[in-house]
Amino acid sequence: MTSRIGVITFPGTLDDRDTQRAVRVAGAEAVPLWHRDKDLKQVDAVVLPGGFSYGDYLRAGAISRFSPVMETVIEQAKAGMPVLGICNGFQVLTESHLLPGGMLRNNHLHFICRDQKLRVENADTAWTTDYTAGQEISVPLKNIDGRYVADERTLDMLEAEGRVAFRYLDGNPNGSLRDIAGITNEAGNVVGLMPHPEHAVEPLIGTGRTDGLGFFTSILKKLVNA
Amino acid sequence: MTLDTVKHASETPGVEQPWAELGLKKDEYERIREILGRRPTGAELAMYSVMWSEHCSYKSSKVHLKQFGEKAPENDAMLVGIGENAGVVDVGQGYAVTFKVESHNHPSYIEPYQGAATGVGGIVRDILAMGARPVAVMDPLRFGAADHPDTKRVLPGVVAGIGGYGNCLGLPNIGGEVVFDPCYQGNPLVNALCVGVMKHEDIHLAKASGAGNKVILYGARTGGDGIGGVSVLASETFDDSKPAKRPAVQVGDPFQEKLLIECTLEIFKEKLVTGIQDLGGAGLSCATSELASAGSGGMRVELDTVPLRDSSLSPEEILMSESQERMCAIVEPGNVERFLEICEKWDVIATVIGEVTDGSQLEIFWHGEQIVDVPPRSVAHEGPTYHRPYERPAWQDALQADDAGELARPADAAELRAQVLKLVGSPNQASKAWITDQYDRFVQGNTVLAQPEDSGMVRIDEDSNLGVAVATDGNGRYAKLDPYAGAQLALAEAYRNVAASGAKPLAVSDCLNFGSPEDPAVMWQFAEATRGLADACQILGTPVTGGNVSLYNQTGEVAIHPTPVVAVLGVIDDVNRRTPIAFSEEGQLLYLLGDTRAELGGSAWSQVVHDHLGGLPPQVDLAREQLLAEVLISASRDGMIDAAHDLSDGGLIQALVESCLRGGKGARLVVPDGQDPFVLLFSESAGRAVVAVPRSEELRFTDMCGARGLPATRIGVVDGAEIDVQGQFSIPLSELKQAHESTIPGLIA
Repeated sequence: MTSRIGVITFPGTLDDRDTQRAVRVAGAEAVPLWHRDKDLKQVDAVVLPGGFSYGDYLRAGAISRFSPVMETVIEQAKAGMPVLGICNGFQVLTESHLLPGGMLRNNHLHFICRDQKLRVENADTAWTTDYTAGQEISVPLKNIDGRYVADERTLDMLEAEGRVAFRYLDGNPNGSLRDIAGITNEAGNVVGLMPHPEHAVEPLIGTGRTDGLGFFTSILKKLVNA
Repeated sequence: MTLDTVKHASETPGVEQPWAELGLKKDEYERIREILGRRPTGAELAMYSVMWSEHCSYKSSKVHLKQFGEKAPENDAMLVGIGENAGVVDVGQGYAVTFKVESHNHPSYIEPYQGAATGVGGIVRDILAMGARPVAVMDPLRFGAADHPDTKRVLPGVVAGIGGYGNCLGLPNIGGEVVFDPCYQGNPLVNALCVGVMKHEDIHLAKASGAGNKVILYGARTGGDGIGGVSVLASETFDDSKPAKRPAVQVGDPFQEKLLIECTLEIFKEKLVTGIQDLGGAGLSCATSELASAGSGGMRVELDTVPLRDSSLSPEEILMSESQERMCAIVEPGNVERFLEICEKWDVIATVIGEVTDGSQLEIFWHGEQIVDVPPRSVAHEGPTYHRPYERPAWQDALQADDAGELARPADAAELRAQVLKLVGSPNQASKAWITDQYDRFVQGNTVLAQPEDSGMVRIDEDSNLGVAVATDGNGRYAKLDPYAGAQLALAEAYRNVAASGAKPLAVSDCLNFGSPEDPAVMWQFAEATRGLADACQILGTPVTGGNVSLYNQTGEVAIHPTPVVAVLGVIDDVNRRTPIAFSEEGQLLYLLGDTRAELGGSAWSQVVHDHLGGLPPQVDLAREQLLAEVLISASRDGMIDAAHDLSDGGLIQALVESCLRGGKGARLVVPDGQDPFVLLFSESAGRAVVAVPRSEELRFTDMCGARGLPATRIGVVDGAEIDVQGQFSIPLSELKQAHESTIPGLIA
């Protein structure tokens, strides 16, 4: 039996089907989860995909954080279940206080969609063991509220504890502090990032690279070996 | 104010009615009275006024548009033709694809963000209403001069609107165009295209049949926005006591539209509807009359059950409102409960507002009193038809005689080099990445090719790798010089772009943007362009499946260039065989396919270097276009080429620069014997492409071209970090990149 990875659909989620595909391409079983349903259907890990959940009205991720499914996700994440938040999912994770800091509008005020080079800073999280620390990867970035911010003390703490998981290379696309593209929690089971690894899992599609597949193979290995 | 009921209208034949303020002509108003045998009620007048508007009724254009049907080529792929929300074509493996391009020009000038945003929303609902999952969008755009202050107002608003709405729907934006010309200064063109995919058995049509079936309105609440958007409206018309005019531009909510899409797809999956129509221009007036007209005819609607955002709206306003994100479905009584359940799941408001009757009239009631009693066909399908006078304008001869071939050409190699840099850095030829990077091109995870490729391509089946490609093109400068040829060149270019990507062109959608039909010169341009397009579609075997006409794109006496925008849809059996534009392997051989003549009329060179428009556009040779397409498709399928780029505005040099920059590799060029380097680089002769051929495939490729009779000239090799034209000049890629990529951000950002 392979591992079951849940993919949550909030109203306004866009990349849920792409994420399910990425999970399948990696060899795991993708389990659709619905925002109104507290039941996580006994999945082994959860991905919060990108999009504009609840229209991103009020503030990106601010409403989703109160959805029934998040109650269980927050509880399980604290108990160690691996959770990955991509783009809007990352925003939901910061709004849920599973990860510190938050996202503001890009400093240039525009939506930006491009291939983005990243450095994997932490290859020990549940979602990054198939990379090596310092490895450079390129995956699509697409958002308008992608500027990561936190207070200096939090940033220093993240740096000191090795919790900056990904950093932007070749130009900071949105003014994120310290070029931070993604972070992890202390335990390494909860990871959030703005770029979209699920859009880089098949040759020919999207950027034509498969640099994002490692997220999904990492978690699969961890779950299978667990 | 008393309600103007049908009974009241019968009893008060002499009441003065505001038909002129609603945009109707006197004879049109008389005809309504004749159809009804009495004066119309206020609600009926509102319905006729929007449905008989130019936008909805095509009254000036339909005598010309019928050629698209009359001259339609035999094509087995056509499943649904003109007249529905969008045409549908068979792409094999049980899949059907629907696509359409539409305009949202006027609202986008007044309110760029919302105008462009709701343009995306409208076309997406058209595609959804056919039963398809929308899979991609594209936006052909035209703005005034790039350095004009108002362009800086309109363009960022339009781009943000397209991005803000489209990105939130989860539809990849995979192509389109951005063109600048002073002729669009007061009349920017914002066209929007959407492609959708379904299985054959899922095709849905907009018709109401089966007496007793329920009419369900679902989606957003109806508000006061967009009233009379398709016609003209002064809201005082109905009630003088109201203080302000309602805005005629709609306001979009992409989140609501995303819910509507997912909810509708789930409803389709369970086969719960017998007919469906989106609410766009003319709102409920359009949806109810078109559904009834296309079905058995009878429908009864309780208008006071429509959920409102503003409870003070009058029945006339509710009928005319163009509030976005609404759909209307015809549902068998037994399916209503499940239908409403699915809507509840997606938090979409749904209301039974009426039912199909066995009568022949569309009857609308307001709190029990009848305010509409009309034959639906007379509203939806039997509007006025005009045979507008048209005449070739007196200035056309002088324009064509002003030959661009007489313009001063570069005197030496240094000037040639300078003009190349000027061309590739001019606003029309420059990179549009600053714009297209504001659109999500990756969502849905099926994008194979997106801008700046020749066509946008998406995979539609993950197992078989079946894909579709779409390109849109239109050159208003060519069409101004010769509207017949200009429309054909637009088609030829889009057809060539699809083939250059490796897909087989199948069908056409068009958005015909012109000035005022009341001007005989504009009407002549329109007549010529439609005739040209219909003739060319017949020859190329690609039927027009639907589209849109946008007239009155003019300010005062000055019309825009006639701008037929043509979209071609193609199919590719295996997206692994797609051909990108990038030159990425050093040593590959560059072949120029087709014939290059000294054709500079309407060219980018004549505009950029001489600010000139005159002469004749490039010659059209549709047989050659077909041959070129066959060669490009075969070469892609059999792995003989690694890159291909169509040649169009800017000529060979523009294509080379784009392909080199895309792949990060340079090119060394040798000018063939007897060829003038300037003509080789800048001519815009049609029916041409440049391809990169691996050395191992050279013989096979040239043999194929020879056997099929397509001229193929070896012009160089992929090499180095510069574009070097032997004996002429050399320009480093870094310098080309700077020229090509800094223009748009410099002007707009």
